[in-house]
This record gives sequence, structure tokens and C-alpha cells, in this order.
Amino acid sequence: MAKSHIELTINGKKVEALVEPRTLLIHFLREHQNLTGAHIGCDTGHCGACTVEMDDMSVKSCMTFAVQANGANITTIEGMANPDGTLSALQEGFRMMHGLQCGFCTPGMILRAHRLLKENPAPTEDEIRHGIAGNLCRCTGYVNIVKAIQYAAAKINGTPFQEAAE
Amino acid sequence: MIPGTFDYHRPASVEDAVALLARLGEDANILAGGHSLIPLMKTRLASPEHLVDLSGIGNLKGISVKGDEVVIGAMTTQFELISSEDLGRHIPIIAETSRLIADPQIRYKGTFGGNVANGDPGNDMPALMMCLGGIYSVTGPDGSREIAARDFYQGAYFTALEHGEILTAVRIPIPSPDHGYAYEKLKRKVGDYATAAAAVVITMAGGKCTSASIGLTNVSETPLWASDAAALLVGTSLDKASVDAAVAAAEAITQPASDMRGPAEYRTKMAGVMVRRALERAQSRAKG
Repeated sequence: MAKSHIELTINGKKVEALVEPRTLLIHFLREHQNLTGAHIGCDTGHCGACTVEMDDMSVKSCMTFAVQANGANITTIEGMANPDGTLSALQEGFRMMHGLQCGFCTPGMILRAHRLLKENPAPTEDEIRHGIAGNLCRCTGYVNIVKAIQYAAAKINGTPFQEAAE
Repeated sequence: MIPGTFDYHRPASVEDAVALLARLGEDANILAGGHSLIPLMKTRLASPEHLVDLSGIGNLKGISVKGDEVVIGAMTTQFELISSEDLGRHIPIIAETSRLIADPQIRYKGTFGGNVANGDPGNDMPALMMCLGGIYSVTGPDGSREIAARDFYQGAYFTALEHGEILTAVRIPIPSPDHGYAYEKLKRKVGDYATAAAAVVITMAGGKCTSASIGLTNVSETPLWASDAAALLVGTSLDKASVDAAVAAAEAITQPASDMRGPAEYRTKMAGVMVRRALERAQSRAKG
């Protein structure tokens, strides 16, 4: 089985590689590129822990072959901080609102929320909950994840963040 | 879970893809969005020796209005169906249905063509295409042909598509501008296939139903077009007795499996409930 030559951009860096066609994007990122932020959770496309940004889409990298990402522009959690190394609005939101406990789902949550806010900069709570419907968290009960995304939206939009009453 | 080995092909045209499929034979599978096929490959329920990826064929993507039809390219994603202004204006039930498929990530990659052509009775688009009277354009080694959605589905994962043929586009007649519509889907959780679902498109005039079409999802080995049920509604005011009769006629053609989504009797009843709810919502949206 012939290997395939792929060229893609990951977190702003050009990458070239020879991959077996059956190599999944999540394995390529974690094992070939040492970018272990995206996680393998369910390995069946349900949990969203492997979510990365690919050409303005949130994709489940455990359900995508690396060859399908040939020519693509990919962002992982390792590329989410601000250029000066400080936390991006979403990362800060998850920290300030306690949007994580064990943290396993967090990279996928943040990458998914990143695309959601690009498409809908001021989402309602309902839109946030539907927007992250493909990401499972087994710790938080989602309340603080929703708040974290609301915090980030407010920060990005320069509007005051008002924590909803319990 | 790691799939078996395969060779990867990314043709640039439908002609090249058809030629590849003819040369590679039964060991080759088409790859569209991959979100049905790749999970099967990871569990080794599918082990194709060749994948022919259609993503490099530019003219398989897109939505266009041509006369009194909308034409949707097979590689158009669910996300693109939801975002399309043309579809929102002319056939909004397509976006309504797309929003109920899987989850946001999967809708970015999952394709319209994959959903209709895979033959999975759990997929939502096939019953909708039967409801709307969609026509599938397919291309194979002997040229192109068209197959009505209502004649396409023959069994679970068994369709009128021959090996070596590729679904390229679907033509859908634009319903009357004053039509009412609804897709009602009962599912256990986000991302699940339907326990039962119903697509309804109706037109009304002077308080009477002038046309009706009903499709049913995941309550048989194939999607179902409930033509007898719909015929019982035409000419009525959608009064309770008429709706009851149509619901009973729709339930009568279901043959669901008993599985983790519930026993067969329950799923049949839920198909009836989905028809009833979809009719109510369609009526509230119909003008005329």
C-alpha cells in the first residue's frame, strides 16, 4: 500500500509528511506531530474530544483521514493562545468560569466554541448548547462550560459579561 | 481503533472517478464525507482495498435554482444545506431536517449525497427526498441516468445504485410558495438516528388541503413514502377524523425492527405521532 504525500498548515506552520492512507488525522497530530492536546475519547465520533479546526470547520479528527486534510489549514489547542503567549478569550473564559474539571474534553470544547463564536459572535444560551451538542463532558454538567463561552463572547465583543443567576 | 490498509485515490473529475471504480472493481469504495464509512472501517466491518475520494471533484458541490427545481450537488455538506439562502427561501424543510442530523462537527463533513445514497434506513434525507419527489442523477461506466427517490430504496443498504455508479446531484421540484412543511424526528439524544421521523409537505386553499406528501424515516428496511396516508388528507380540512385516518394508514405501512430504540409496536406508534405533529406544524405554516 503506497504512502501518500501530504502538505498542510498546522497552527500556522507548514508541514509535509508521508502517511499511510489509513492514518487518522488524530493519530497524525498526536503521534507524528507530537501535538497531544486533541484527545482520543470515544474513538467513535460521538464525544468530540478530538475536535480540531480544519479550513473553517470544526471536525472530529478521529473520523477523518490525514490524507483528507491534504492542503488544509488546521488549528489545534496548541495554536489557540494569543501570539504573545497569553490566554485567548476562550481559554481565559474556561479558567475564570471553572469550565473544566478533569480537562479531558476541554481542547475539543474550546476548538468547537472557537468556530461557534466565529459564526455567531453573540450566541444565546440555547445556541451555545446546540452549538456544542457534539462535545461530551462527563464532569461539569455543562453549566460552567456555557458560562465560559458566554464570558469569551463578551470579552471578544467588548461587552460586559453578566453571570446568569443560578 | 485503526482501519485496515487501503490505497487512496482522489480523482479530479466524475469521468476519472467512474473509470477508477470500473478498474478497481468491488474492492473499491467511494469516500464522500466519510462519517458513515470511516467508523465502519475502524471497527473493520468494512475493509475496502481502495478508497475513491470524491472531494477533489469541484462540480459535485453546490446548490442552484434552475427553473422550477433546485439542484443540489452530491458533495454538498449538511452545513451548506443549512446555510443556503436559496434553499431557505424555496425548500426550507431541507435545512430543518439537516439541523436534526448528527451534530455540528459531523454536519460540516457529512454530505447530502452520502446521506441519500448510502441506503441506511436511519438516514433522514431519503424519506424527505421521497416526500419532495427528488430525482437522483447518477453516472456510471455506461453513462448517466436518473432514478426517482421513490424508486431508489430496495432494502437496508441496498439501492438502485449499481456498483461503479456515482450519485452526482439531486433535482428537487420547488413546492408551491405557500406550502406548509415540517420534519418531526423523535430521537433519544442529539446525534442519534430516529426512533421514528416524518416529513410532511402540504398545500391548502380555502381551508382545504389541496395536496399532501408524507415520508417516514427508520421505521422499515427502507424509507417509506406514505402515499395512501397522504391521499386521505386531500380535500379535507385536516379535521381530526381525517388526520386520524391518515395516521392509521401511515402506521399500517411501517415494519420497524425492535431494537435499542424500542419495541416495534412503540416505534410504529411513534411514527404515527410524528406524522400527526408534522401535519399540525405544516398546517400552521401553510398559507391559503
